[in-house]
Amino acid sequence: MSVKSTAAGGAPAKGRGRTTRAAVAKRGSGEPGLVQLLTPEGERVEHDDYAIDLTPEELRGLYRDMVLTRRFDAEAITLQRQGELGLWASLLGQEAAQIGSGRATRPDDYVFPTYREHGVAWTRDVDPLNLLGMFRGVNHGGWDPNENNFQLYTIVIGSQTLHATGYAMGVAKDGADAAVIAYFGDGASSQGDVAEAFTFAAVYNAPVVFFCQNNQWAISEPTEKQSRVPIYQRAAGFGFPGVRVDGNDVLAVLAVTRAALDHARSGQGPMLVEAFTYRMGAHTTTDDPTRYRRDEEREEWASKDPIARLKTYLEREGIADEAFYAEIDAESDALAKRVREGVRNMPNPGTMAIFENVYADGSALVDEERAQFAAYLESFDTGDTTVGSTVGTGH
Amino acid sequence: MTQTMAVAKALNESLRKALENDPKVLIMGEDVGKLGGVFRITDGLHKDFGEGRVIDTPLAESGIVGTAIGLALRGYRPVVEIQFDGFVFPAYDQIVTQLAKMHARALGKIKLPVVIRIPYGGGIGAVEHHSESPEALFAHIPGLKVVSPSNASDAYWMLQQAIECDDPVIFFEPKRRYWDKGEVDVSALPGDLHQAVIAQPGTDVTLAAYGPMVKVCLEAAAAAANEGRSLEVVDLRSLSPIDFDTIQASVRRTGRLVVVHEAPVFYGAGAEIAARIAERCFYHLEAPVLRVGGFHAPYPPARLEEEYLPGLDRVLDAVDRALAY
Repeated sequence: MSVKSTAAGGAPAKGRGRTTRAAVAKRGSGEPGLVQLLTPEGERVEHDDYAIDLTPEELRGLYRDMVLTRRFDAEAITLQRQGELGLWASLLGQEAAQIGSGRATRPDDYVFPTYREHGVAWTRDVDPLNLLGMFRGVNHGGWDPNENNFQLYTIVIGSQTLHATGYAMGVAKDGADAAVIAYFGDGASSQGDVAEAFTFAAVYNAPVVFFCQNNQWAISEPTEKQSRVPIYQRAAGFGFPGVRVDGNDVLAVLAVTRAALDHARSGQGPMLVEAFTYRMGAHTTTDDPTRYRRDEEREEWASKDPIARLKTYLEREGIADEAFYAEIDAESDALAKRVREGVRNMPNPGTMAIFENVYADGSALVDEERAQFAAYLESFDTGDTTVGSTVGTGH
Repeated sequence: MTQTMAVAKALNESLRKALENDPKVLIMGEDVGKLGGVFRITDGLHKDFGEGRVIDTPLAESGIVGTAIGLALRGYRPVVEIQFDGFVFPAYDQIVTQLAKMHARALGKIKLPVVIRIPYGGGIGAVEHHSESPEALFAHIPGLKVVSPSNASDAYWMLQQAIECDDPVIFFEPKRRYWDKGEVDVSALPGDLHQAVIAQPGTDVTLAAYGPMVKVCLEAAAAAANEGRSLEVVDLRSLSPIDFDTIQASVRRTGRLVVVHEAPVFYGAGAEIAARIAERCFYHLEAPVLRVGGFHAPYPPARLEEEYLPGLDRVLDAVDRALAY
């Protein structure tokens, strides 16, 4: 059953004719070319190029994803403040960009994230606890990327866009009906690797979607310090299409990313999606945004909150009732509890893990150092027999 | 089945065999296609295997290595050519922060079988950035394997072994030896990729070298023999890991060690070898471990490179000093 756009005044089924791009821009955030399907006020609007038709269940699913992701993020911040995590990179405010794009991927697509894609990981069924290992300091990644086609978090800015492009070149070579999506931020758009990834993807017509979450700030540097033109327009210079979507509008992000992935899958090459969004919190828990940005700016973006606007729409359309919200609340509490307990019980790696997996085929040098260090540890004769296995359970 | 061929031809034949044996092997780099590479190492491969296997890339070293990582994650085995030693630095970030670490970061769940071929070293009268020896910078990085053949047979076999290896291998090709001919037994079973070999047995002093300097050391041994001195030459072949056991055994026989390489001596491979051998062979050494190599100065203009590069005389001078203790 369609729940299409009744709030927008009964737009035609294909979304044609009534709401032009210009009209959307006027009604939306004032940013030119911004694709929007749900206004900050929770009103459904149509776009000429990006129609979407979701069932009530799908709409409730997107809401659930965003709420649970936000709760997970909040719990991680709390755990960091309590000393359980060394660092956390919050996604607060970017839930729509991540859930919308993540839900646009298919299981056989492949995702190359940065270190902030907790919502995308959620959509790929990655256990949230896996994401916390590197922030707790028990590993540097720690999951099998091929289990959910979700690569390890990448900390060096922009590196993963090249990996995604190479992977996509391989997908094309295999003749596989899949696409690849590479996440990066507005700051990364200044990196040479991102430019090289655009070049390679264009030259080899690789089935990769470059998904830039422009959250307006690269730590303390605003987007104006990265680019003199809107980021999505850069794609034109490399010879592939770019589009800017309201990154706080989960419907628009889903529609645009789905179209971009289809574009890539169908042999038409790469596409750049710029999700225009906002980082509501700090860059990471070590950052202090009060030093470089105004409260008014945050308040202005708070009025565009991705979860609130979908909730308004769901309520207006009668798609969700109190029982649904109560269920989500209970689920959030359970998730937070599981994450909290999971982190606290996360085992430290055994000491000898230092020497594990340095090489796939082994190395005489590592073997020698491992043996020397083991002998050194054994020389203490503490009766501790746990060397080489899990030591302790943290706190 | 032994054939005589130049190092460049041996590398070419090695790549051809790798492409034939495994459909997942890809050749990537600038000018590796129709041109066959600036040194013609990939000559004829584009014609015979097509642009899907032998891939001309945009002029972007980080892009070449970064996309090779992605292809490896997809199950391919890319063999990347960096045109010259000094041009590897735009890709250094991808090699060091990504390629070297991904296997460990994924707790061993993924493998990165990427080979990066780098024609390196001086002696061909080239311009700036075309004659450098940056091997220590890579050998210092955990997760990378670093090897360098010195002759045609090793060029043929070690490259195939590097391609078969599930770890990233930085493959340093001594470019001034490309045209040196040697015997290659293409049917023999190759030895361990990371095992050093005694290239010339001797009893008085051990010379340890790799890549382009092995030939210089063999010439030094021949010259010393005329003066009644017996030098043993160890061809390291692998710089990470280094086969210290073979060096140690040699030094226990000779009591003296001189390490020879083109790269600057300061923080170079020789420093590592000297330290480890001093530790392992302290009571067997008759003299401190000496090093012969480049200076702590930018690689000089071509007209000065013969002064900069260790030659016969500098190696023999070090031998004299070692024997004077």
